[in-house]
Amino acid sequence: MTNQTHSEETSTGLSHNKLGMWVFLGSECLLFGALISTYLLYRGRFADGPAPGDIFDIPFTSVSSFVLLMSSLTMVLALSALQRGDERNNRLWLLTTALLGAVFVGGQVYEFTTFLREGLGYTTSPFSSAFFTLTGFHGVHVSLGVIFLMSLYVSSARGNLHKERAETVELIGLYWHFVDIVWIFIFTVIYLVPSPTS
Amino acid sequence: MTQTMEPSSLETSNGENSHRPLGVYTRPKGGGGWRDWVTTVDHKKIGILYGAAALLFFVIGGIEALLIRLQLATPDGTVLGADTYNQVYTMHGVTMIFLAAMPLAAAFANYLIPLQIGARDVAFPRLNAMSFWVFLAGGIFINLSWLLGGAPDGGWFAYAPNTGIVFSPSHGMDFYALGLQITGIASLVSGINLTVTIFNMRAPGMTLFKMPVFTWMMLVVQLLLVFAMPVIAVALFLLTFSRLFGATFFTPELGGDPLLWQHLFWIFGHPEVYILVLPAFGIISEVIPTFSRKPIFGYPFMVFSGIAIGFMGWGVWAHHMFVSGIGPVSVAAFSLSTMFIAVPTGVKILNWMATMWGGRIKFSAAMLFAIGVVSMFTIGGLSGVTHSVAPADTQQTDTYYIVAHFHYVIFGGIIFGLFSGFYFWWPKIFGHKLSEKMGILNFWVMLVGFNLTFGPMHILGLQGMSRRIDTYSPGFGFEAWNLVVTIGSFIIALSVLIFLINVITSARNARGRPPIGPDPWDARSLEWMTPNPTPVHNFDEIPIVESLDEFWHRKYGSDEDGKIVRVASAEEVCQDGSAEGVHLPSPSYWPLVFAIGLPFIGLGLIYSLWLCVFGGALALMGLYAWVFEPVDDPDVDHHEPQKEDVSD
Repeated sequence: MTNQTHSEETSTGLSHNKLGMWVFLGSECLLFGALISTYLLYRGRFADGPAPGDIFDIPFTSVSSFVLLMSSLTMVLALSALQRGDERNNRLWLLTTALLGAVFVGGQVYEFTTFLREGLGYTTSPFSSAFFTLTGFHGVHVSLGVIFLMSLYVSSARGNLHKERAETVELIGLYWHFVDIVWIFIFTVIYLVPSPTS
Repeated sequence: MTQTMEPSSLETSNGENSHRPLGVYTRPKGGGGWRDWVTTVDHKKIGILYGAAALLFFVIGGIEALLIRLQLATPDGTVLGADTYNQVYTMHGVTMIFLAAMPLAAAFANYLIPLQIGARDVAFPRLNAMSFWVFLAGGIFINLSWLLGGAPDGGWFAYAPNTGIVFSPSHGMDFYALGLQITGIASLVSGINLTVTIFNMRAPGMTLFKMPVFTWMMLVVQLLLVFAMPVIAVALFLLTFSRLFGATFFTPELGGDPLLWQHLFWIFGHPEVYILVLPAFGIISEVIPTFSRKPIFGYPFMVFSGIAIGFMGWGVWAHHMFVSGIGPVSVAAFSLSTMFIAVPTGVKILNWMATMWGGRIKFSAAMLFAIGVVSMFTIGGLSGVTHSVAPADTQQTDTYYIVAHFHYVIFGGIIFGLFSGFYFWWPKIFGHKLSEKMGILNFWVMLVGFNLTFGPMHILGLQGMSRRIDTYSPGFGFEAWNLVVTIGSFIIALSVLIFLINVITSARNARGRPPIGPDPWDARSLEWMTPNPTPVHNFDEIPIVESLDEFWHRKYGSDEDGKIVRVASAEEVCQDGSAEGVHLPSPSYWPLVFAIGLPFIGLGLIYSLWLCVFGGALALMGLYAWVFEPVDDPDVDHHEPQKEDVSD
């Protein structure tokens, strides 16, 4: 992505890209922190629209959360395969990870359309605006991650992703795990904490 | 970016054989002139670009300030109508904070950090170029609103629900929200880039506690940027979605809470105050020791108080909201934390004074501006402590007393500090000094104008004059002081004019002469080991650092009585810039292409989604080409096969 210097040349021993990714993820924490705070403030303010407790389908979302969390496992498998120089398995697990991510995003799209049918639009209430914004931002992050993973897959399929570039996979992996971990917080705050009903 | 030296012949032969660059993906070779500037990834050129653009915005913001003062010079002023007045004062704040003060700090950070830590460039040179172009695109985008139906009119703080469509029907606030989102990307990326640079690219031997105070303060600033920008990003997203897509975050009828905006804005906004002021603190922490002929007093205290300010800056935001009804417990807590944050700031003030104490002070223009910071910022700090007392603050809120306070902090602290930096580092950057005589005149005119402008505002505020009003009636006793304030503001304008004339005449006088020799100020830190102006490769040879104030220690030692004696001349210590074939990152078009795309996305969100498609395509093309751009760096090629390298 950017000009790289090898890790042994840097003062900290971490490569520029890896340190940069960690700093970026630190910044992302504050982004989601602010969005989660907004949701917490508004979860009980549903005006005349549906209340969160009325419309959430917790079993469905639990399944899609499980799918997303499993994708972190496959991401680790992809990285470890490439670190061993096993490019075929690396491709397999990259594709699996992207697929699991896509299933999660698909589940989110299904959930959104269902809510829309049940009368929860983006402008219905502060609760609905905050819900769609928070989960939407997370969905966009997952989608970007899927694009990154597919780029890695294509790169590998064209024979350009070797053991020496395992760090690139590791960096995308860091991003991917971060997005998963954030979902654990979001899932807890939105779905697991008992929601107000109308 | 690598620190090894390669013969240039090797570079070209390798580059041609192994990369087979296709069409547009070849990297620009730079043909001199403007092409060098638009494709540059050199941190020094980017620093100069930041400085030039920010000075332009500084002048625009200054003209807006003069318009405000003309309107308020006499009671019942008619220079600007109420509506225009709202736009002008909003844009004055937005321009000065986001488009002048922050990028001026970025100019110094870009130019000086790599030099002070003994590096050849920043960690991500192309991202650095992108930060600049994105900032410029954002600044132009916000100012486009003047031509497209009216500028933002909700104040730089943009309190909800005044910024909703009901109360602000023009597109001004859309430009505000989207424009600051764009400049925010620039700040965030630059924050990440410089953080990594400082942590990762220090010269051998330069431990964190051998870094100059300027670099330390800048490190704190970059970390504050990294963590504060996403918070304002969320606030701006909420505002944008509310205005453009009808989200109900700030719609009280449905339960939306305007206080949410205030909290998000000030959680960003208070760290922002330190993002603005710590660079100035860093600058004068270099200037004062140099012109006092003494090392900085209490270096670890300087560093730790800077870090403490960085941390505590996150715990004081609600002191902007004492009258917003946040409840007595919150008020008491934030009142206390606000008083506490004065402690590390006070430590710094005392250390600067102790540095000067007993020194052989040379009152150069840079030093005068630095002393200006120490004295004027202290006044602003003291009035700040009066706000921390919540009952007193209740009286002061929304009066000119507040305006007086923050201008003493921002103008007295930051602008004076930046001017100190101009006079100090001008020979480093351009190879000639600014005229000292005019610089000293510049300082005194600015000091007088500054105090005439903002001093009387304390009195006006305590007399009850509200801020943000577009006019006032005669008979309240406001007339005389307002006239004084307006006169003062024009004296400030005169001082800025003196500075600009100084820039031009000094450059003219220096034309045709050889550049100034090394070390014009008998300075202390590594950047002065390179020739003036800095050669494109910075250091001929990366220095090995043994102590704080490394450059000074190479010039001075002590004799057997412990007396300090000169052991080497500047010419002996400084490098002569003669190294050849140093490998440097290649220039690139794509940061600029990406940046041009962003304002079109913004315009598209406001006017027509087709523009979004165009802007998005442009930005995507920039990113894509960026990723696939050949890396014509023989070392990188050696370790890291790129995507074009099928053979590898």
